Amino acid sequence: MPGEAIATQTSADTLKQAAGHERTGSFAVKTTPPTTEIAVSVAEWSGFAPGRWQHAIDVRDFIQRNVTPYDGDEGFLIGSTDRTKAVWAKLQPYFKEEIRKGVLDADAKTPSSLTSHPPGYIDRDNEVIVGLQTDAPFRRAIMPYGGLRMVEAGLKAAGIEPDPIVHDIFTKYRKTHNEGVFDAYTPEIMACRRSHIITGLPDAYGRGRIIGDYRRVALYGTDRLLEAKRAERALLDAKWPTDDVIREREELAEQTRALSDLATMAKSYGLDITRPAANAREAVQWTYFGYLGAIKEANGAAMSIGRVSSFLDIYIERDLSSGAIDEAGAQELVDQFVQKLRIVRFLRTPDYDALFSGDPYWATECIGGMDLNGRPLVTRTSFRMLHTLTNLGPAPEPNITVLWSTQLPDGFKRYCIKVSAETSSIQYENDDLMRPYWGDDYGIACCVSAMRIGNQMQFFGARANLGKCLLYAINGGRDEVSGDQVGPAVAPVTGEVLEFDDVMTKFDSMMEWLAQTYVHAMNCIHYMHDKYYYERLEMALHDQQILRTMAFGIAGLSVVTDSLSAIKHAKVRPIRREDGLIVAYETTGDFPKYGNNDDRVDSIAADLVSTFMKKIRKYPTYRNAVHTQSVLTITSNVVYGKNTGDTPDGRKAGEPFAPGANPMHGRDSHGWLASCLSVAKLPYADAQDGISYTVSVTPSLNRLDEGQKIAQAVKVLDTYCGQGGFHMNLNVLNRDTLLDAMEHPDKYPQLTIRVSGYAVNFVRLTKEQQMDVISRTFHGE
Amino acid sequence: MADEPWANSRYALRLSQSPDAPETAEFNDPRGDVGWIHSYETGSTVDGPGIRVTVFMSGCLLRCLYCHNPDTWHLKDGTRVSFERAEQALTSYAAALRAMDGGLTISGGEPLVQMHFTKRLFASAKRMGVHTALDTSGFLGARADDDYLRLVDLVLLDIKSWDPATYRRAVGQDLRPTLEFAERLANLGKPVWVRFVLVPGLTDDPANVEGIARFVAPMSNVEWVEVLPFHQMGSFKWKAAGLDYELLDTPSPSPDLVARVLGQFRDAGCRAR
Repeated sequence: MPGEAIATQTSADTLKQAAGHERTGSFAVKTTPPTTEIAVSVAEWSGFAPGRWQHAIDVRDFIQRNVTPYDGDEGFLIGSTDRTKAVWAKLQPYFKEEIRKGVLDADAKTPSSLTSHPPGYIDRDNEVIVGLQTDAPFRRAIMPYGGLRMVEAGLKAAGIEPDPIVHDIFTKYRKTHNEGVFDAYTPEIMACRRSHIITGLPDAYGRGRIIGDYRRVALYGTDRLLEAKRAERALLDAKWPTDDVIREREELAEQTRALSDLATMAKSYGLDITRPAANAREAVQWTYFGYLGAIKEANGAAMSIGRVSSFLDIYIERDLSSGAIDEAGAQELVDQFVQKLRIVRFLRTPDYDALFSGDPYWATECIGGMDLNGRPLVTRTSFRMLHTLTNLGPAPEPNITVLWSTQLPDGFKRYCIKVSAETSSIQYENDDLMRPYWGDDYGIACCVSAMRIGNQMQFFGARANLGKCLLYAINGGRDEVSGDQVGPAVAPVTGEVLEFDDVMTKFDSMMEWLAQTYVHAMNCIHYMHDKYYYERLEMALHDQQILRTMAFGIAGLSVVTDSLSAIKHAKVRPIRREDGLIVAYETTGDFPKYGNNDDRVDSIAADLVSTFMKKIRKYPTYRNAVHTQSVLTITSNVVYGKNTGDTPDGRKAGEPFAPGANPMHGRDSHGWLASCLSVAKLPYADAQDGISYTVSVTPSLNRLDEGQKIAQAVKVLDTYCGQGGFHMNLNVLNRDTLLDAMEHPDKYPQLTIRVSGYAVNFVRLTKEQQMDVISRTFHGE
Repeated sequence: MADEPWANSRYALRLSQSPDAPETAEFNDPRGDVGWIHSYETGSTVDGPGIRVTVFMSGCLLRCLYCHNPDTWHLKDGTRVSFERAEQALTSYAAALRAMDGGLTISGGEPLVQMHFTKRLFASAKRMGVHTALDTSGFLGARADDDYLRLVDLVLLDIKSWDPATYRRAVGQDLRPTLEFAERLANLGKPVWVRFVLVPGLTDDPANVEGIARFVAPMSNVEWVEVLPFHQMGSFKWKAAGLDYELLDTPSPSPDLVARVLGQFRDAGCRAR
């Protein structure tokens, strides 16, 4: 009791003290970030509306005070400049050769860092925006900190000999993330990995899904950012050195070095980013340098750019009104920026390609959305960003993501649909659904993962195979393909017909085991990733205090849903091998299928999402990250299916799952509206890392004119979002075009198609994935 | 089954057929508590304005040579559905249909075979504020009294031929009831989209087209004449049902032929597309 009294006394004193200091300011130099002391008369900021952003690192505030929303149409847009065309022409032979050959070149000798490579150019005279990952375009870098095996496998697949010195360094002297993780894994996790019930974990490569606030480089310059980091460090120095504090100090030191190195990198291109960007060209360049630094050091699966268009628009508007540039100059900046984002390359392995084909890197850029005051964040540069798909042709990257709100200006909505119809290169995500969670300055990492830019990151976690989990429940924890005991040895299903209640009870406890094992594995992975492969630059472009999420995922939602529906509404007879393992099912009678707006089965899907999330939430995470979940497979639905045996819904062993949250191919047989409404029932609250839905429609044959068709499509998206739909990956294509492209890839070098959560060059998909895309439901046929 | 082209289509989804359903010809259920529904499709943009839910009723008295839904001729081809269940399904789309300026289209088959069921369904659509369209051949038009038509915002009326002999050859019934129905709709001022299926060698005679065009042109309630080019997409169903498909070798009309027919309608003063 006395102890408690003293404690109270102390804290009261501390408060008093703090209040006193605030009044006098005498102690402020030591504990308050010196940010408050900064002079606001920065030359580069002239003409901008002042605000909190001048005193603290706060890009959102800068946007709020300076953005010029645009509610017109696309009439002002303009083609590419000759300089842009010249650069683009230089790149074409590389693109062509890449379709034929895959990896063109790699520097096997030089582990990549911010300063590892001398500057590289495509066409120095015509490049308005400069900077390459290595000293030459399409020359891939090695990043062995994630794992050396991945690097060497990637090099060998490309026909390049791994370097013996690098090999020595990363086997004898320097441990990698990959090795760290496997030191911490348990035999159970290893078994789960082997049997593919948990797959795609970032335990051998970069986790990605972190978005540095690259805009900060432009708005503040690295000197000012370093100053803020020093202030954050001062606060950490004042804390007692627990494990957490020491780790954070080390991380901050790394961040500080990264910012200095970034300035050095920029200097090698003759540019001084220690100061803020002074004009639009510099703003684009500085922002790109921030991103370039990130992709030189981290080969994360998804390296997203964030939400830069409307930020850059502020600089472009300033230069346009001063007459420093004209519209051609404005579009040139955006075009050339996008050219750079289209030639990001990482060294991957064939295994990785089987999961995520077509060399994706998810340089996701978000445009549109509303702010918290109900004002659209659509600017002319949002249009310019979309217009790159016309100027430079369709392309999968950057992964242009429209944050769709029913309140967006009509001219913008219509232009989005028009570009979608022409290029199939855009995805839509429901801003009205995300804004209440993430505010109005969030970006999308990868495909569907929303995060507040600059103060939130996620620990990426691929996904667990719920389809397999159901089969484990039926088979008492044994793997239906290998027969191995992977899950806990519990009683398998007995009897001649599967009973719904019995299967559900068993499935529920198998999900419990899977959730626990999954969280366990993720904690190991991210502990080691932070330790051995810390993303120092991306994190330098974050606040020190951030929200961390740990993003779990599920694959096979529609397979499990339909299987449970079959067990409930039809008759499912398990077929056993001699040793009792159930390897096939005989399903008689019909049953409601997910994707037809039928609550009897859609409710099963929604419950599964919530149930698994609830189980995941039970297990504490590394660094107290907030648990989230996605229903997303990207192209890995093919591989998941390949590794999963027969399922009670009638799917045969090896057949692909449906991608993301999509209904199974062809089973959404009541048209797209029913399909959309089924998917819209999945609860975002329990899938805050996103719910991916891909729709392919054939160009409409109805009798409306172009304008009416566009208006109709706008209504469709408004309605889908209004009903709670989260994501729409929209393709406007004919099946015949795809079949022809399989036969004659050379005719379709830029044929872009949206698959689950990203877009890809169709001709760069594996044959299996191409077939999978073609076999999917095309609405409107 | 898996090799059949319709295995994964909506045609495979019918939970059950109804072999004990009454014969179509004498069917008249005054209560409309249950209906026989072949299928329904959502998201259609070709069955009326906006985005629509289209319900295909079972049962039809016509036997059009080019019918692309021969699997809807008999009530027993359909699934027996209680009115409550149908209404419940419609409810789940109502908000979306309103938002997309779409609505409910009842097609078939011939919706007026099950006139009490379809009337109740139209009535619930109207209560939900959903636009309604009746897709009919008009042969049973006399069954739809004024009360029925008050629940219908738009009639999609097939006039399959002008020449009575051609009509009989094409559909196996008399033309007269359809024309009478068209006239009644004109007197009521009920919005109509006339639809004409253009089948080369069957309905494409210039005089045949001309007759319809002149008949329709003075009717101010006719908002559109839609020329529907014949296609072979329904032929697999004839084969599946073991039916003799007379038009197996009939091609789709050439663009020139479609243009000629559209021109005939337009020259007569119709708004055609």
